[in-house]
Amino acid sequence: MTFPLPVETTSPKAEDFPGRILGLLRHSDEFSAVIQSVQITRDNVPTVWLKRAELHHVLAALKNAATAPLMLFDLTAIDERERTYREGQPDAPFTVLYHLMLLDRNAEEARVKVALSAEDLSLPTITDLWCNANWYEREVWDLFGIRFEGHPFLRRILTPPTWTGHPLRKDHHARATEMPPYSLTEDQEEHEQAAMRFDPSVWGMKRHNDHSDFMFLNLGPNHPSVHGVFRIVLQLEGELIVDAVPDIGFHHRGAEKMGERQSWHTYIPYTDRVDYLGGVMNNFPYVMAVETLGGITVPPRAQMIRVMLAELFRIASHLVFYGTMVQDVGQLSPVFYMFTDRERVFGIIEAICGFRMHPAWFRIGGVAMDLPKGWEGLIRSFLDDLPKRLDEYDAMVMRNPIFQARTRGVGAYTTAEAVEWGVTGPGLRATGLEWDYRRQAPYACYDQLEFDIPTGNRGDCYDRIAVHIEEIRQSLRIIRQCVDNMPEGPIKAAHPLTTPPPKARTMQDIETLIHHFLSVSWGPVLPPGEARACVEGTKGLNSYFLISDGETMSYRTRIRTPSFAHLQMIPLLSRGIMIADLIAILGSIDFVMADVDR
Amino acid sequence: MTLLALVGIVITPLVILGLATLLTWVERRLLGVWQNRCGPNRVGPGGVLQAAADGIKILFKEDWTPPFADKGVFVLAPAIGMMTVLLSFAVIPLTFSSSIAAGLNVGLLFVLAMMGLGVYAVVLAGWASNSKFALLGGMRAAAQMISYEVFMGLALMGVVMMTGSFSLRDIVMAQSGLWFVLPQCVGFVVFLLAGIAETHRLPFDLPEGENELGAGFHTEYSGMKFGMFFIAEYAGIVLVSALITTLYLGGWQGPILPAPIWFTLKTTVLIGFFILLRAALPRPRYDQLMALGWKILLPLSLLNIVVTGAVLLLHTAG
Repeated sequence: MTFPLPVETTSPKAEDFPGRILGLLRHSDEFSAVIQSVQITRDNVPTVWLKRAELHHVLAALKNAATAPLMLFDLTAIDERERTYREGQPDAPFTVLYHLMLLDRNAEEARVKVALSAEDLSLPTITDLWCNANWYEREVWDLFGIRFEGHPFLRRILTPPTWTGHPLRKDHHARATEMPPYSLTEDQEEHEQAAMRFDPSVWGMKRHNDHSDFMFLNLGPNHPSVHGVFRIVLQLEGELIVDAVPDIGFHHRGAEKMGERQSWHTYIPYTDRVDYLGGVMNNFPYVMAVETLGGITVPPRAQMIRVMLAELFRIASHLVFYGTMVQDVGQLSPVFYMFTDRERVFGIIEAICGFRMHPAWFRIGGVAMDLPKGWEGLIRSFLDDLPKRLDEYDAMVMRNPIFQARTRGVGAYTTAEAVEWGVTGPGLRATGLEWDYRRQAPYACYDQLEFDIPTGNRGDCYDRIAVHIEEIRQSLRIIRQCVDNMPEGPIKAAHPLTTPPPKARTMQDIETLIHHFLSVSWGPVLPPGEARACVEGTKGLNSYFLISDGETMSYRTRIRTPSFAHLQMIPLLSRGIMIADLIAILGSIDFVMADVDR
Repeated sequence: MTLLALVGIVITPLVILGLATLLTWVERRLLGVWQNRCGPNRVGPGGVLQAAADGIKILFKEDWTPPFADKGVFVLAPAIGMMTVLLSFAVIPLTFSSSIAAGLNVGLLFVLAMMGLGVYAVVLAGWASNSKFALLGGMRAAAQMISYEVFMGLALMGVVMMTGSFSLRDIVMAQSGLWFVLPQCVGFVVFLLAGIAETHRLPFDLPEGENELGAGFHTEYSGMKFGMFFIAEYAGIVLVSALITTLYLGGWQGPILPAPIWFTLKTTVLIGFFILLRAALPRPRYDQLMALGWKILLPLSLLNIVVTGAVLLLHTAG
């Protein structure tokens, strides 16, 4: 069955795309010649196709010419081999996608795409331009089998070193049922375990220097302070860290691959579990991206309910961060008080959504239900209580001299370093850059809400914690405005592609009934196209990039998570410090492993 | 040696062990109160039998030694830890007459010697485990405990100078007019800090430092061998509290109430203080702990000796 579906138009004229990042390409004759074609996407992010040979020097020129810090926001790939709707795009089996973001007043974005032929799946590395390209390129190698020439360490990152195949390729199996039954013999088990053994020479690390032997310590995958299954191999001289190698992937569940097997609607609960402390904050960018694809406008009441819920989850997540961070430096009590507060947040969330941690409550086009009776009183009493508790915690934690001695001046980085490594969220603001996606590129109804952007000035652990705490207060302020100004009206758009679809006229005519039936049983069919949506998540910028191929499922789901970028910075921060400082840094980074590995 | 003394020798360690076991429950309940939660409250009235349940559980666990450990030393280490703490109690006077060897004329030196030996327990445990986390914990423990014993000894010299004796019974008797906590306030603070470091309790629990080292020097221990470390730590708290009571708070002396009650009361309050510390404070970094010791506590305790000596000299000369 085929639907007549609108197709994205493509145009080779460079004048068609605006934007200050790619502006250089438009104005300079030298560079305008390198553009292969221009793609118009549904999210209106300027997108150009470049030839492989031109890629590196064009990106370098863009970075040099940028008027504000230019961040490599995301780097991923697309297996195009089974895609139907891509007229005007280069006919190649694989595409590598570079997503850039200008950290200035309105968060300018741009995409650069490179088509790769099947015979030669390789590209020049850009690790010399942006430090954070390192892990992204390893991820693309791991999941797509695309090589990056000149990469310092191109090995698997998310899947085990013993894995065969590249999971995000379309010909790789997606379900266990596509495979023979799994068995693990003792020999295989030993083989797998041997593969996990750390070999310093592979990393070019010395086993000893002139006067002492180094100790290689596995901090993790099971360690109280790595917040999940995460291994850092430390090269130690006494208790001083000479070098560190973070090893991720233990929590990889193939969330992106699952996106290609779930309907647009049934994928929502999977997003909750990506940043598992963020709850509906994860639904937010996903449903926004789907709505962009479908051209759905969300009614104001739904927008404000979404913002309110997202901010409640920001508070819940920050409270966990605060408590566990403090516990990491040995103060045992505050975490209990903060979990008590978080429990109150969950009380409110449960009253509204019927679920606590992972409500999966946002729907394409709106939210699942209207607010329950008495919701205002519940939230208002919480809004009145929490600031007093936060003041107490300030006295107990932030003004404690031992705590200050453990966090001040520890794990500091500059704004420039943060941009190089793709750090966003509180970790970026702690360096002094007043930059918040909710302010720079307001989504939902953030343009109608007043809030301050807290910043630090030293970029150390202490500042990161202070920024988190102030963000809790600002979230309370936002929630109060939502409670005071909640508009009346529908909580879901009256659009045929929303889920569950509108039912009002289904009993009137057979056409509507059929469409309703298909949309409920198969799920909506979104028109072909590409769109991303980004939010200021609990830990930094969280973005979903979706490609629809006119199916009931996504053709490609790309999840850009903040934690992935943040962890990559650990070696830089940990050289020359003591183990105890590394623990404080880990606590202050604010990550969850599910958000790193997806 | 009388029969009574023999009975005392048998009973004292049993009582101490019982107290230490009970203390594990007391601590968890108190932490519960301070941390806004219940703590163990299910086994027996108020959960008091939790300590017994834990004891039974740990006794019946498999007595396992990791294959890579140095077996003999691995077994010996917790025994040393337990033994040194228990032996120290011999010289603590509960009252003027009830103690095993309070009259020992080198009583205080004996306690210091036992504490010095106690370091071997953690160092050997860390070394014999042949595990990296345990080794780091053991090394930390060695550095921390040896340093803090220096200040501990020096801080006590003020008390010894004022008493003119190393016997703990004499020291208590010398406080009949004024508790030493007032004239020896500097020594008291230094000794208190050193005592916390000696029992490696939060905020000075770096040898264990669970957030950094898993469980530090006893990472590889399980079953009753771990239980020995665990109980020895609590017995250590009782010991340090009893020592502070004896040395600075007038021991068994006090109005109206009988002597043993006074001693128990003072010690209990101090134990409560130890637990409160754990509920309240974060942990300093290893080098910060050492800097505090060598740069602040050492000069302070030396100054204390000089001033005490000068005052005593002036006093006797005048």
